Amino acid sequence: MKQIAIVAYQQTDSVSDAGAVNEVELIMPVLARTFKQAGLKSAQDVGFTCSGSCDYLQGAAFAFVAGVDALGAVPPIKESHVEMDAAWALYESMLKIRMGHADSALIYGFGKSSPGELPIVLSQQLDPYYLAPLWVDSISLAAMQARIMLDRGLITERDMAEVVSRSRRNAMNNPHAQLSGDISPEDVLAEETYLSPLRKADCCPVSDGASAMIIATVEQAKAWGLPYVIISGIDHCIETHNLGMRDLTDSVSTRIAANRAGMNAGKVDVAELYAPFSHQEIILTRALGLDEGTSVNPSGGVLAGNLMMASGLSRIGEVFNRIVKGEARRGIAHATSGPCLQHNLVTVLEQGENA
Amino acid sequence: MANLAAVVGIGQTKYTTKRTDVSIAGLVREAAVNALKDADLTWNDIDAVIVGKAPDMFEGVIMPEIYLTDALGCNGKPMLRVHTAGSVGGSTALVAASHVQSGTFKRVLTVSFEKQSESNAMWALSNPQPFSTHLNAGAGGYFAPIIREYMRRSKAPYNVGIKVAVKDRLHGARNPLAHLQKPDITMQEVEDSFMLWDPIRFLESCPSSDGACAMVIANEELATKAPKPPAWIRGVAMRSEPTMYAGRDEVNPQAGRDCAADVYKQAGITNPRKDLDCAEVYVPFSWYEPMWLENLGFAPKGEGWKLTMAGATSLDEGGDIPWNCSGGVLSSNPIGASGMIRFAEAARQVRGDAGAHQVEGAKLALGHAYGGGAQFFAMWVVGSQKS
Repeated sequence: MKQIAIVAYQQTDSVSDAGAVNEVELIMPVLARTFKQAGLKSAQDVGFTCSGSCDYLQGAAFAFVAGVDALGAVPPIKESHVEMDAAWALYESMLKIRMGHADSALIYGFGKSSPGELPIVLSQQLDPYYLAPLWVDSISLAAMQARIMLDRGLITERDMAEVVSRSRRNAMNNPHAQLSGDISPEDVLAEETYLSPLRKADCCPVSDGASAMIIATVEQAKAWGLPYVIISGIDHCIETHNLGMRDLTDSVSTRIAANRAGMNAGKVDVAELYAPFSHQEIILTRALGLDEGTSVNPSGGVLAGNLMMASGLSRIGEVFNRIVKGEARRGIAHATSGPCLQHNLVTVLEQGENA
Repeated sequence: MANLAAVVGIGQTKYTTKRTDVSIAGLVREAAVNALKDADLTWNDIDAVIVGKAPDMFEGVIMPEIYLTDALGCNGKPMLRVHTAGSVGGSTALVAASHVQSGTFKRVLTVSFEKQSESNAMWALSNPQPFSTHLNAGAGGYFAPIIREYMRRSKAPYNVGIKVAVKDRLHGARNPLAHLQKPDITMQEVEDSFMLWDPIRFLESCPSSDGACAMVIANEELATKAPKPPAWIRGVAMRSEPTMYAGRDEVNPQAGRDCAADVYKQAGITNPRKDLDCAEVYVPFSWYEPMWLENLGFAPKGEGWKLTMAGATSLDEGGDIPWNCSGGVLSSNPIGASGMIRFAEAARQVRGDAGAHQVEGAKLALGHAYGGGAQFFAMWVVGSQKS
C-alpha cells in the first residue's frame, strides 16, 4: 500500500467564544496558514478535500456547505464531508489516496459550540426513542462512568486531579490552549464538585475553533520538498450504543483500533488522546497499555481546549508537530466520538526521512 | 490504479409517506438485511459499514449512526458517516466503494436513509441563520428561478416538465417499491395540479418519503464468487463548487459537467447517449431531466428537452436512453437515500435484476446524484462486465 504522510498542520486558538465570526471566517485563516506551510495556494493544489463538522453545533442544516466558500473551489474540486470529527475525514482521504484517485488531500474540521449548550445539545445524539427524551447530557454520562471507576476502586479522585494538573501544566507550552496554568492536584481537589464526582476541571471546556491538515503520498511530499511524518497506520472501531452492555471502565474499541493500526510494532514516544474528561484519559492510557515511556498529551489534550469536530484531527496534528520538531520519533493519536468513548480512531505516526 | 470492486447485494425498503411501523433503526436494518439476503451473506461477512443521510435535523437526531451501530451489526467494526447534502446517497456509495477500491477492505455494507416523517424537512432547510439572509424557500423555491432561466434560454415548450412528470410516474408504476403509484397519470392531470413554485406544479415535484437503501460492495475475488451477477464499478467521481460565485452557471453547473467528464473517462465512455444503456439521474423537479440531459452530455446545449419530448428517455415509448426506469426521485424521495437509490438502481439494471422496469440487455448504466444549490455532484458508472 502507498505510504502517506502529513506535510502541514495548523489550528486556531481554542477560545470559549469566537464572537460574531461565522464558520467561513473561522476556517479561512487556518486554511491560509496551512496552505502557506505546504507552499500551496488553495484547495486547487491538492487532489481531494474532506471536512468534518456537525450541523447541530451551528443549529442549521448543511454547516459544511458554507465551508466550501473558504476553499477557492472554482473551478470545481473533488470534495466530500463527514458528519464526524475531521479525524474521520482524514481516514476517508487516506482511502482516496490509496485507491489512486488523489496524491494529496486537504482535511479540515470546525466547530462553533459557544452559541448552544453543548452538553445538552449532545444529549440528542443518543437513542432517539429511549435515551434522548431523558435529555441526559454528555457530562452526566461521563460522571456516571467516573463513578463506576471510583466505586470499583480502579481510580481515585486524586488520580483524576493529577491528570488535570498535568494537562494544565503541559498546556502552558501550548500557545493555542484555552486553559493552562501551574495548578497542582491539591488545587484541583480543593474545587467543589460540579456533577459529582466530576469537578469542572475534570471536564474539557467548551471551545470554538478549527484545524486543518494536508497529507500527501511520500513521493508527493518529497517532490514538494517538505518535512513529512508518515501515517504508518490508521484504524477505527465502534462499540454498542447501549451503555448498559459496555464495560465503561475499559475502551475495547480503542484497543482493537490500536492493534489493527499497528501501534505495538514499535516504541510509542508520544500519545495524544482525545479524552474530554480526566478519568477517560486513564481509561484510554490503560486500554492502550501505555507506560512511563510515553509522553501522554504533552499539548494539554482536550482538557486544555476542545474544538468539537476538529479535536481528533488536532490530536494527530499535535503528534505531527512533535515528530517534526524532533521531540519524538514515533507516536499515536486517538480520536473519539459518541457518549462515553463509543467510537474510537487510532493513528500511528512515524518520522519520515526529512522530518 | 484503483482495485476492482462490485455491487454484490442490493436491498431497499418500500418507499412511503410514513413508516410508522418501524423505528429509524428498524428502517435501516430492513434495507441492510435485504441487501445481505440478496448477496447471500450474513453480518459476519461485513468488514465495515458506511452510513449516509441528509441533514440530521430531518429526524432530529445528531449523528444517528452512533445509535444505529447495533441495528447495523457494527460492534467491533469501523463505521463512517457521510453527509454531502442531497448528493449524500451517491457520495456514500462512492466512499463505501473507496473502502474496497483502496484495497483496505474486502467487503463492506453501505446504507443510506431518511425517515422524513420524523420531522419536517422544509423547517430543517429553512431555519434562520444569524449571519445570512433568511430564504425560507425550501428546495422548490430555490430551484424554480433556475428552471425558469433554463426555459428562457432553451425556448423549451411549457409542457416538457409535465411530460417528465408523467414519464417517471409511469416508470414508477412498474416498480413495486416506488412511493407514488400512478399508472393512470395523464399530462392533463399534471397540468391541472396546483402551482407550488412557478413553474413547478405539485405533480412535477418529488414526494416526501420514508425509506432506506443498502448495498454490499465486494472486491474482485469475492464478487467473482458471488451467487448473483455483480455490478462492476467502472468509474467513480465527485465534484463540488460554491453555492455562489461571480459567473457561476446555475442552470448548467461546471461541477456537474466536470464530474461527468471524469466518470466517463474512467469508464471509456465517449458518447453517453450511445455508450450507456440507461441512467438513473437525480431529478427531484421535472425540469431537471432536460437540464441534466445537457449537463451530462446526452444532448447538446439547449436541446435536452427535445430528447424528453421525443420519448428518448421513456421506457414505455421504447426510447434509446431510458432515464429513471425505477420512477426516479419524482416517484420516491427519502432524501438521504435518494442518491444511493439512483446508484443501486443503475446496478440493478446491469445485473439484469430490475424486474418490470428492466432495460433489456442493459450492460452499462450511470448513477447520478446532486445536492446543495446544484453544487455537489456524485456519479458512478456500473457495468455487467469488468471492462
